[in-house]
Amino acid sequence: MSHCYSFVRVLALSSVFPIVLFTSTPVFAQTPEQTLAGFKQAALMAEPGFQGFSAARGEKFFTSVHGNDWSCSTCHGKNPTVLGKHTKTNKVIQPLAPAFNIERFTDQAKVDKWFKRNCNDVLSRVCTAQEKGDVLAFLMGFKK
Amino acid sequence: MKISTHISHNQSLKAKTLLAFAFAAMLPFGAAQASGGLKVTATNATWQTECSTCHVAYPASLLSAESWKAVMNGLDKHFGTDASVDAAAKKEITAFLEKNASQRRRDAVLSANGKPQLRITETAWFIREHDEVSGRIWKNPLVKSAANCAACHTLAEKGDFNEHNIKMPK
Repeated sequence: MSHCYSFVRVLALSSVFPIVLFTSTPVFAQTPEQTLAGFKQAALMAEPGFQGFSAARGEKFFTSVHGNDWSCSTCHGKNPTVLGKHTKTNKVIQPLAPAFNIERFTDQAKVDKWFKRNCNDVLSRVCTAQEKGDVLAFLMGFKK
Repeated sequence: MKISTHISHNQSLKAKTLLAFAFAAMLPFGAAQASGGLKVTATNATWQTECSTCHVAYPASLLSAESWKAVMNGLDKHFGTDASVDAAAKKEITAFLEKNASQRRRDAVLSANGKPQLRITETAWFIREHDEVSGRIWKNPLVKSAANCAACHTLAEKGDFNEHNIKMPK
């Protein structure tokens, strides 16, 4: 009986371990879809008349200036599937569209940190859940 | 006469060596002024991650502790951008920067407005080290700003500012 058990265990280990060890997809805290769902929840709470997110509105928001000198695309570029460049320091910025950079929008703390900073730079205020969701809908629209 | 010249040459060498030692002693533990330039050895994972997103993570040894404290307390208005970090990261990075800050007395000198010097590029050290760089280089669009160390210091990201690793953009 104990022999049988250890045989099963060895079998189980040998079949599980290669998967665990050699998996190529890193594990992230959340998916961009879950991040978007969080924005939706926040938008519903903020505005009872919430009509959903719009990629077209997100694109316009992303590429327009909002009273200050910079837009989102000033540093991220008009095409979020390729590298951007920080307008002041020239530092390269990895693509924003999740299909072209799998790390994007998978860490809520990072998402919150950057929206806080960048909305402050571009709009001198925090962005609404509607605006953040529109932008993410726009970015998630790019497929490989 | 010849002898006296010889002696004075020796004395001058001795003085230079002494000066070099004195300078080395003033550097914090995290930096080494090896022949040819600065090599940063003090690192901290949070400092590296947070400070290198928009620019090279500038070596702690390039500003005084007073300056770093002022920089870290003003991150929401960081040279025209909001670079704020959460409270835990702020505490950790501030402690790291202060511990490894410049010990040179002249770096602790207040800037013209009576506040701690915030810009590394305005320190006497930076100006002296870069006085051979022509205006043409500074104006090169690939350089853009004197804050863009990596434009010429090819290994700046690794904390290596040795002059052998400088490559000016054409």
